[in-house]
Amino acid sequence: MSSERFKPNNRRRRRAGTIFKTVCLVSIAFSILSLALLLFDVVRDGAGWLSIDLLTHYPSRFPERAGIKSAILGTLWMMGLTAAVSFPIGVGAAIYLEEYAPKNWLTRILQTNIANLAGVPSIVYGILGLAIFVRYFALGRSVIAGALTLALLILPVIIIASQEAIKAVPGSLRQASYGVGATKWQTIRHHIFPVALPGILTGTILSLSRAIGETAPLIMIGALTFIAFPPKSPMDPFTVLPIQIFNWTAKPQKEFHELAAAAIIVLLVLLLVMNAAAIFLRNRYQKRI
Amino acid sequence: MDQSPKPAESGLIPDSSGQEFDFGHRAGRRWGERVIAGMLFLCGLVSILTTVGIVAVLVTESIGFFREVPILEFLTGTRWSPLFADQHFGILPLLNGTLLIAFGAMLIALPVGLTSAIYLSEYASLNVRGVIKPLLEILAGIPTVVYGYFALTFVTPIIRTVFPGTGIFNAASGAIVVGIMIIPMVASLSEDALNAVPQALREAAYGLGATKFEVSTKVVVPAALSGVVASFILAISRAIGETMAVTLAAGATPKMTLSFLESIQTMTAYIVQISLGETPHGTLEYSTIFAVGLVLFLITLGMNFLSQKVTRRFREVYE
Repeated sequence: MSSERFKPNNRRRRRAGTIFKTVCLVSIAFSILSLALLLFDVVRDGAGWLSIDLLTHYPSRFPERAGIKSAILGTLWMMGLTAAVSFPIGVGAAIYLEEYAPKNWLTRILQTNIANLAGVPSIVYGILGLAIFVRYFALGRSVIAGALTLALLILPVIIIASQEAIKAVPGSLRQASYGVGATKWQTIRHHIFPVALPGILTGTILSLSRAIGETAPLIMIGALTFIAFPPKSPMDPFTVLPIQIFNWTAKPQKEFHELAAAAIIVLLVLLLVMNAAAIFLRNRYQKRI
Repeated sequence: MDQSPKPAESGLIPDSSGQEFDFGHRAGRRWGERVIAGMLFLCGLVSILTTVGIVAVLVTESIGFFREVPILEFLTGTRWSPLFADQHFGILPLLNGTLLIAFGAMLIALPVGLTSAIYLSEYASLNVRGVIKPLLEILAGIPTVVYGYFALTFVTPIIRTVFPGTGIFNAASGAIVVGIMIIPMVASLSEDALNAVPQALREAAYGLGATKFEVSTKVVVPAALSGVVASFILAISRAIGETMAVTLAAGATPKMTLSFLESIQTMTAYIVQISLGETPHGTLEYSTIFAVGLVLFLITLGMNFLSQKVTRRFREVYE
């Protein structure tokens, strides 16, 4: 307990603290600045090209005549079909895991597997889609092949989000339902599912917004970039906004870069609307229980 | 759950007179319950089928490739030129490019992500958190192709001004945007780990006279280390699998280099190049994408397992 060895050094310690806090603030500022620069870059390049023509024209070799109508329609098709496939399967899997699955090795494998799938690079899903949907099921380079691929891609996210939402349903609700003689499915259908639905929808919308930004898997399954017509059926070839953006960005001419920036603005607005919808749902229904 | 009422699977409940009360559809109801349980199980099975499908496709398609190219040559060769007349199938240049990008991205994302997480969890007030968290979520939600555009039209010109003579395509630009892209992932996963450290630990350290800086770096971060390391591993895995930004910005020149100012090619960018090109299906050149895809899949899978293992094995359990 010799007090000579102990030097409080308070000033230096406090200075270290101030420096560290500044470093942390700089880090945060770096992220936010990056976001701001990215948005600034896109808006500066693309704002001049935003027009009704951009939305109503098909792609063209001439920048001044080029538009993203087929890409927007393709993205909407893709969203609808992907949601239609992944939502029921994802919610079904989540209900199974939360309400039915016995605690055994198979359930553990299922759960680990879902966590691992969420970490598989999206381009690997593209390879899977190419081999299974495009070739093996002979769906060709069609909207449905793309939608099935993206559905598999976002399935783990939907399952995990839905599981969280179902977990958050109070157990008393289950017991009350069982107590009045309801079967398991009646309990789920009429009491658990409706309460968990806002959470499930939020997760689904967020994962869908990931899906419509995906490029790599759709390039793999061969979404064409020069499509001068909208898809009329799920078996038609298609293009989507991110692929059109990729295509224009990869061209050397500055005009096409600016078109790409304009298309990015449209894509970001679409994503913003979807995220706003998710947040709205979360806030609107969160407080019910 | 054991004390809770059981679901009425039989649909039969004895009423007060001792007779069984029939709800009317007992047989149908029991049968329906089974069908529904079975269908839900099938939904769960889809995820297993996905994994089986990925492995089956990558392995079966790679077998044909490895019949012609010895695995040893594939794994140790230092030249990758499947599309040239002088064909070489050594994956090391692609691996080199991928790891170069991942390393550069790490240099940005790990320190920035961790210090951001520390700030959010230890320093920031609720109001500040409420502003910064959504901004980070926006950063995380921006499609990767947009990062590619940003790299090519904003980051690359800056790099070329600072280092004249750098080509349009260079590893630095790709690495920087991939780094920015994975900051939110490191920050949010690390912050979760830091938040999980019990308040009592912090209070004990403050009680001994530690400053906030000391509490954060000597108590909270070490206590949450497993979660922080797991977030690092996941982020690196994500950087390795990143495709669009590196395809657009880092170039298509597979080569063995440690220079960030040269054009390189990653495994993912190579796969995109082939699928955009004219290479006919069924040829040896085409089957390279499955072999490269297999390597990519195994690396990312290994890292995911590693991060789970780190979380489980080294987690400090409180209470």
